[in-house]
Amino acid sequence: MSRIITFSQAIREAMVEEMRRNPDVFLMGEDVGLFGGVFGVSAGMFDEFGPERVRDTPISETAIVGAGLGAALMGMRPIVEIMFADFVTVAMDQVVNQVAKARYMSGGKADAPLTIRLANGAPGAAASQHSQSPEAWFMNIPGLKIAIPATPRDAKGLLKTAIRGVDPVLFFEHKGLYNTLGEVPDEDYAIPFGQATYHCHGSAATVIALGGVLPTVMNAAAHLADAGIEIEVVDPRTLVPLDIETLVQSVKKTHRAVIVHEAHRRGGPGAEIAALLAEQALPYLDAPILRVATANVPIPYNPDLEHAILPDANDVISAVTNLISYRL
Amino acid sequence: MALIREFELRAIRERRNGLIPGFIHACVGQEATAVGACTALRPDDVITSTHRGHGHLIAKGGDPRYMMAELAARGVGYCGGKGGSLHMADFNLGILGANGIVAGGIPMAVGAALAFQMRNEQRIALAFFGDGAVNEGAFHEAANLAGLWKLPVIFFCENNLYGEGTPQHRQAPLRDLAQRAASYGFPGVIIDGNDVMAVYEATTQAAERARAGEGPTFIEGKTYRYRGHYEGDPMVYRSQEELAAWKARDPIRRWRERLLASGDAQASELEIIDKEVQEQLDEAVAFAKASPPPPLEAALAGVYGHDHDGRIF
Ligand SMILES: Cc1ncc(C[n+]2csc(CCOP(=O)(O)OP(=O)(O)O)c2C)c(N)n1
Ligand SMILES: [Mg+2]
Repeated sequence: MSRIITFSQAIREAMVEEMRRNPDVFLMGEDVGLFGGVFGVSAGMFDEFGPERVRDTPISETAIVGAGLGAALMGMRPIVEIMFADFVTVAMDQVVNQVAKARYMSGGKADAPLTIRLANGAPGAAASQHSQSPEAWFMNIPGLKIAIPATPRDAKGLLKTAIRGVDPVLFFEHKGLYNTLGEVPDEDYAIPFGQATYHCHGSAATVIALGGVLPTVMNAAAHLADAGIEIEVVDPRTLVPLDIETLVQSVKKTHRAVIVHEAHRRGGPGAEIAALLAEQALPYLDAPILRVATANVPIPYNPDLEHAILPDANDVISAVTNLISYRL
Repeated sequence: MALIREFELRAIRERRNGLIPGFIHACVGQEATAVGACTALRPDDVITSTHRGHGHLIAKGGDPRYMMAELAARGVGYCGGKGGSLHMADFNLGILGANGIVAGGIPMAVGAALAFQMRNEQRIALAFFGDGAVNEGAFHEAANLAGLWKLPVIFFCENNLYGEGTPQHRQAPLRDLAQRAASYGFPGVIIDGNDVMAVYEATTQAAERARAGEGPTFIEGKTYRYRGHYEGDPMVYRSQEELAAWKARDPIRRWRERLLASGDAQASELEIIDKEVQEQLDEAVAFAKASPPPPLEAALAGVYGHDHDGRIF
């Protein structure tokens, strides 16, 4: 059996169910408790679990992440929330030099089951410091795992895997997805990292959608289908580990690839995926690999300007049609 | 203390001999802070350490053989030869690691203390750090959190008067760094960091306070490093007179004199200890030399845990 719930509810359910299962799991962050999280993701959890396990912290990202690591090394399974992903910069040393490397530096000994939840993406008129999608920064840091779910089902299943795991995970939640609806199974389930999923099948092109852009990409897919163009939408769901095998498999079938994400184009996740496809699937490609991504400028406040630099369905449609008409 | 000092001197020698490929920040002269503080802890308490961490490790029970092997980048070293001086850790001994980032380990100690508090355990955490670290944001955020939540943690500042080549008075507008504690709602205690008994007593009190649920304590132990910031430091920033004045307050000699004066130890017993220290270090060096380097495949292992079956990504 299944139910339809929001992305936000799915994340909450994953946390609540894991906290009921395991007393070592707890949540901490700015305004996650009494307030229920600035996006309401942890609403009601304070009532069920109390201030010890749903901890409001001072505005101290370094201490939040660092204390999460210390508790994780002592056998707890903390979930820490970075209110806006942009604020992770304040905790960058902890994430990059402490959390990511705790295991390797100690010769593989240290389990650090720390889940760091970050709200990324441009929610509309939030301007340059509350809108970023910084996931690619961390792809360059061995030791971190990175999940970037796009549906309630994936969010719940991937978050459970993160919480139950033995390694630190950055879990990116696009703000624009919080109120989107989707089906989730009633029974307990977890989705392994490193397994891509298909959102639709087709042979015209492979469109790789990352996180918050999925609704945009599905919208484009519907328009293209109306015009008789069937694309394959593939969602890797985790960037580290990345299920490159499935992406390659799809490209072998469609011979064309577009990568869509809301991170900036230069050095974004698409750059890595494009490089891997070039390395592993070049002979199968009939056209260049394209990226549809946010322009290389800070996110502007003005909604029209913001809209202009973010990827939209038309960008995806033109990328696909350009590929189809491409002649070597 | 004797083991720590001689370990450092031996490591410096072996570095010159080519056994140790990396940096060493020696703690010669600062042995009393490490020993006094760690002796006041229980075996299941935990510490976080610094770039100048060999003394902390030994004082918390670290085995000089595995330490020397790690410095020599051997596979049997504490971190399989992949951490070196800056990252030595032994989780079984409650040593959460030296750290290459100034103040980087302090939030971790606070998090360990949070785990102890949440599980109602009687354990505590102690973060060692230098005078330079109290000017890092990580210290302030962590201290505030610990004060707010009354966490069982001790902030142990080894004030050796310098952060690299810049004297402490040119880094903070304070004479005593323990003053910092007041703004986070817990006591700051200033002690002679070259008096091992004073360090032990202050840490014991702080530990009792922490275990009783009364929260953190900041201990500032005034001390001095005899060697350069790192081995090879030309030390243009300090005078021979200053160094000589601190050597006159040498923590090991003072402790010896005290033991002999009180009759708690005989000179012959101390000689035996010195001899045993040398034997232990001979063994540590021999152990390191005899150990093979890690296989090259080890470079790619240990990034992620067991759930990935060694798959690299
Ligand atoms: C974040 C960071 N900044 C700078 C350095 C370079 N560095 C290494 S040790 C050190 C001095 C630290 O001084 P202190 O905390 O007093 O410790 P001490 O060396 O005196 O033991 C500096 C600046 C570093 N390792 N990490
Ligand atoms: Mg110093």
